[in-house]
Amino acid sequence: MVSAMKEAGRRVEFDLGRQAVRDLNQFLHGDLRGVTEVAVANPDGAHNIAVGLNAPVRVDIDGHAGYYAAGMNKEATVVVHGNAGPGLGENMMSGRVEVSGFASGGAGASAHGGLLVIRGDAGLRCGISLKGGDIVVGGDVGSFSAFMAQAGRMVVCGNAGDGLGDSLYEAVIYVRGEIRSLGADARIEPMTDEDIAAVGELLAAAQIDHPPEEFKRIASARSLYHWNADANQTY
Amino acid sequence: MCGIVGLLLKAPSLRPRLGEFMVPMLVGMTERGPDSAGMAVFSESLAEGRRKLSLYCAEPGFDWPRLERALLEFLGDASFETKANHCIVTTRAEEVKVRSWLAREYPPVHVLSVGRSIDLYKDLGLPSEVANRYGFARMGGTHLVGHTRMATESAVTPENAHPYTAGEDWCLVHNGSLANPGSLRRKLEKLGERFESDCDTEGACRYLHWRLSSGDDLETALEHAFRDFDGFFTFLMGTRDRLALVRDPFACKPAVVAETDEYVAIASEFRSLAHLPGIKHASVFEPKPAEVYAWSVQ
Repeated sequence: MVSAMKEAGRRVEFDLGRQAVRDLNQFLHGDLRGVTEVAVANPDGAHNIAVGLNAPVRVDIDGHAGYYAAGMNKEATVVVHGNAGPGLGENMMSGRVEVSGFASGGAGASAHGGLLVIRGDAGLRCGISLKGGDIVVGGDVGSFSAFMAQAGRMVVCGNAGDGLGDSLYEAVIYVRGEIRSLGADARIEPMTDEDIAAVGELLAAAQIDHPPEEFKRIASARSLYHWNADANQTY
Repeated sequence: MCGIVGLLLKAPSLRPRLGEFMVPMLVGMTERGPDSAGMAVFSESLAEGRRKLSLYCAEPGFDWPRLERALLEFLGDASFETKANHCIVTTRAEEVKVRSWLAREYPPVHVLSVGRSIDLYKDLGLPSEVANRYGFARMGGTHLVGHTRMATESAVTPENAHPYTAGEDWCLVHNGSLANPGSLRRKLEKLGERFESDCDTEGACRYLHWRLSSGDDLETALEHAFRDFDGFFTFLMGTRDRLALVRDPFACKPAVVAETDEYVAIASEFRSLAHLPGIKHASVFEPKPAEVYAWSVQ
């Protein structure tokens, strides 16, 4: 493995055409000895690239990643220069995960912290069960996004599909485009100065340029927080 | 879990190499489907009045030459191409005539497909083993539909492998599972559709074929399917001149499409497309749920 790595200062290159994902991940989980940048060539849709990182290293993936890229990320910055399969950046704790193209279903699921930036569209169930992370989507999000999201923020520059924010807790969603339908207990609320500042801050962090005033705020009506015996199975 | 792959070559110069491009696609889906694999390959149509039947017999060492002699004598017009457990019969005879003769003389022999354009192979084993057994890499054609199976709701048998067919030059592969195949089957059997396996996918295949042959276009047939199918699916369908792809409204099962000026390639995951020529410059997208995508052979 080491012979196939070209070390140039603090940068290391991996070629997944010749090296196994496990070798890459074991290197990233080990003592990085001052390495701050890792370039990954020929990902070719492999699963589990750069999962479980726990150090302030930058990983650039040159091509399309498969399932669960950058899952459980902590402190690291992982950039996919291509598209990502299902479960991109799921359960992120901190750090930054970014994809230049689209991300498939379940991107950023259960993320506790950090920032996920999807420059293209996100598939279904983006930010499902979000627990405190931030997500910025440059394009559209698919149906059932932010389902049961508990904490954190999601900014959608395009349109949202069906059932947005169903059974939402305290996470807040900002959408610039059309919303095909809201989920149970999600409602559109007026943008406050704090919301405009939050959207501006997240767009700046994602380096995406839109006036924050163009976004709508979606939050929980909190009517599902308490059992309503009179509702009689209406939800 | 299962893997699906599809490839339609727009550039006629590439068509002799259809199988060569396809085998790594199929093998790339081994982790999604290691039980069995299959492929329907469509090539230039036979003249009107002639048709091909893909036959299969699970018995090892089956005496195909004997069947060929007897069938030739019975039909008076037939040619044969035998590969391992499969035999493609080309004839002017009616399908029903061949089927009834086989049922009488050779009950263990199954008809996998019928049509002027389709050849179909499916068998047990790893995708690479099935591809080698039948020489997939050497096959040419305009388009194909392939599948790797990880059985979830019916036994691992050759007849439960995909693709499934109904009628002529029509096939379907499925990633997902249906919860109501029994009620679909009972409904369709009353309408005269005949089932050959106990796999949920056969219900979907025969349902869509029934709708299409009752006059629906593909979009209308699938609108009905969204209401009548209870379950998850990504379906890839092949006809004499088209490939069509649809995902269920919840998009529970994956699919990715890569298109260039030379081909349209479809797979459950990008890793099955990564080897294709010009893939770095292909337009790659994820099909949206409940939307019908179709591509035609020019």
